[in-house]
Amino acid sequence: MTTLPIHTNPTDPFLRMDRIPHIWCPGCGIGTSVNAFSRALIDAKIDLKNLAIVSGIGCTGRVAGYVNQDSFHTTHGRALPFATGLKLANPKLNVVVYSGDGDLFAIGGNHLIHAARRNVDLKVICINNLIYAMTGGQTAPTTPGSVITSTNPYGTFDSSFNLPYLVEAAGAVYVARWTTFHVRQMARAMQEMFSKKGFCFLEVLSPCPTLYQRRNKMGDGLDTMIFYKEHSKVRNGAPTSEVALSKAGEIVVGKFVDRERSDYRDLMHDKMVESLGDRYVESEVCECEM
Amino acid sequence: MKMHADPAGVLTGSHFLDGDHACCEGALAGGARFSAGYPITPSTEVVERFAARVPTVGGTFIQMEDELAASIAIQGAVWGGAKAFTVTSGPGFSLMMEHIGLAAMTETPCVFVDVQRGGPSTGLPTLPAQADMMQVRWGSHGDYEVIALCPNSPQECFDLTVTAFNMAEQYRCPVFVMMDEVVGHMTEKVVIPPPEQIEVTPRRYTLLPPGEFNAYEPREDLVPDMPRVGEGYNVHVTGLTHDERGYPNMTPDVQDKLVRRLQDKILKNSDKIVLFEEAQVEGSEVVVVSYGITSRVAQRAIEMARDQGVKVGKFRIITAWPFPEKKIKEIASKTKAIVVVELNLGQMVREVERAVSGKVPVRFVGHAGGSVHKPEQILKAIMEVAR
Amino acid sequence: MAKGSVQIVVERCKACGFCVEFCPSHALALSSAFNAKGYHPPNLVHPEKCSGCDLCGMYCPDFAIFGFKNEAEKPAATAKAEPQTTAPLPANNNEEAANEDAR
Repeated sequence: MTTLPIHTNPTDPFLRMDRIPHIWCPGCGIGTSVNAFSRALIDAKIDLKNLAIVSGIGCTGRVAGYVNQDSFHTTHGRALPFATGLKLANPKLNVVVYSGDGDLFAIGGNHLIHAARRNVDLKVICINNLIYAMTGGQTAPTTPGSVITSTNPYGTFDSSFNLPYLVEAAGAVYVARWTTFHVRQMARAMQEMFSKKGFCFLEVLSPCPTLYQRRNKMGDGLDTMIFYKEHSKVRNGAPTSEVALSKAGEIVVGKFVDRERSDYRDLMHDKMVESLGDRYVESEVCECEM
Repeated sequence: MKMHADPAGVLTGSHFLDGDHACCEGALAGGARFSAGYPITPSTEVVERFAARVPTVGGTFIQMEDELAASIAIQGAVWGGAKAFTVTSGPGFSLMMEHIGLAAMTETPCVFVDVQRGGPSTGLPTLPAQADMMQVRWGSHGDYEVIALCPNSPQECFDLTVTAFNMAEQYRCPVFVMMDEVVGHMTEKVVIPPPEQIEVTPRRYTLLPPGEFNAYEPREDLVPDMPRVGEGYNVHVTGLTHDERGYPNMTPDVQDKLVRRLQDKILKNSDKIVLFEEAQVEGSEVVVVSYGITSRVAQRAIEMARDQGVKVGKFRIITAWPFPEKKIKEIASKTKAIVVVELNLGQMVREVERAVSGKVPVRFVGHAGGSVHKPEQILKAIMEVAR
Repeated sequence: MAKGSVQIVVERCKACGFCVEFCPSHALALSSAFNAKGYHPPNLVHPEKCSGCDLCGMYCPDFAIFGFKNEAEKPAATAKAEPQTTAPLPANNNEEAANEDAR
């Protein structure tokens, strides 16, 4: 990375500057996560040409439209299967899935567990703002109990997912959670994921000041960031069964899972070689121009 | 622009194959090196064969968790550089509808094979129908056009699958091979030529360098060149209405320009896309219009009618969409009545009626599905309108 | 000379207040100036305290501010005539008033 002239923001080369300012609300943490992502790319010295970002639908889904790499804004919940096809057809790509909690865990829940089970080499950054923000603040599978949303106007009452627990159980090899307050740790986690092979998952807790916080009189984005600062407890290696979130309780952050397991391609390759020997023809990059 | 097929995927020779197996070979010959699928009768054999064949050809098959995943995984693979397809039947086809729209909107070349079975819903998993014909055209939301081809034999399952991949690349759209359970499961001779005799259309990548290329700027044929992912083009692909850079631009003007072009690139080229078979139409009293397996039964009925002295013409639809409107209008001007036979309760007949615009009577011989027509049913209709 | 300084892209700021709150030196405050969208962008009210750590830059969701370390003889970068410049200060800008205004 060459030294930039001093008047350029180091994050600018990673953004489609012709689309900035972005649409995210004041105090929304998605921008902060993209900021950390840019810094992680710098520190990891990622070859940007080989980087592909795949997102779904929602506020976080809009990330694909702002990052200055090959980016794919797919359908709601289906970023992971798209990314699976992209990665398997072109394994030299570094494929990041950047999407929200509703997109990845409600409509996309089935794809999430299978991508983790397969251990496809994908880096998943899940911005968890505990709500469906883009569509106006409906309940998400991560929304805690006893909060007001537009589809639970009298208060939520059912259970919410513990994302790290779910993803670990499904088979992910790297599972971490930070909040948008933890800017350095977030960037470091993203950087760690880039150098780890397999299904890596980072949950980033973020404010949604316009909908989640406002409807529940929890203040604005800054108040929420201060809340994260005061209520977060770093517990690296904590059992994921113990890191569930609640409306106003402790937020356990840290790196919870970092283990080794062959990724989908390696497993496929090994099995094919075992069964077919010399007859196995590996295609490194599917090239349809012959 | 065409090239010869990659020999690795071509099983040259004379084979005894059913339609599903022949379709798989057509995909391989057409250059498919990625497939994502989900088991559903009566289509599963296509991907089962692909799973067995492609590791020795050089490619990947992955069984996904559902048809929603399969129908978008192939699109990821296409952007990764591969030719890709998926295979399904009615219930799975319904699940794929959103992603068919995505492929149309993002101009992702890919092939979907629907081996039609009795419906609606779970219906008749092991028995034929041709009742997804309107769905293939209108199933996803919004305005868009597709290309759909109907084979009537295992040989055509091979040939038309190759054609499907070529058309997908040429028009950058989803292309459908509308088989049915009988064509899929009937076993006949399939001749696979040597690779030099199989023409394939390569993907038209841009020759412009990054920075000069607009991902959705069309060429003269209304189709944009494709960018290579991983080469610094920083392409942005979105299902949102977008401008020629590919950036979301949700205004009525951009919407009109984009969506009309998505339709025009197919409709304005329909002369090259519409495939059909016609015989003895000129001076006929009746023309029988049919497609797929039904056309095999119709052929028998036509011969029986001719034996009885009726001048019967035949029009077999091969390209169902874009609908062969011009040809049907032409037929209506050359004959006195049209009989439409299909394995449903009235789908393509509506298009025929629309094109004919009342010029000649149109008689429909339908069937709810589960078995093919009997030739006598069709013969009866021919004789009645001929009078 | 301070160890560092900040560059503020005034028109991108949405006055979320993250940079002000999390600056370890409390060198920033929201100004009483307005940008085109009606937000109060921040200002470096204690430039002598700025270490150039760029924590403000890391927090900013709108890529509207970043910090940099001053090199020994470097002239102030904020003089560049581009949209990416610090807003001119209104006459009696002070930290307390600005915080009240903005919050």
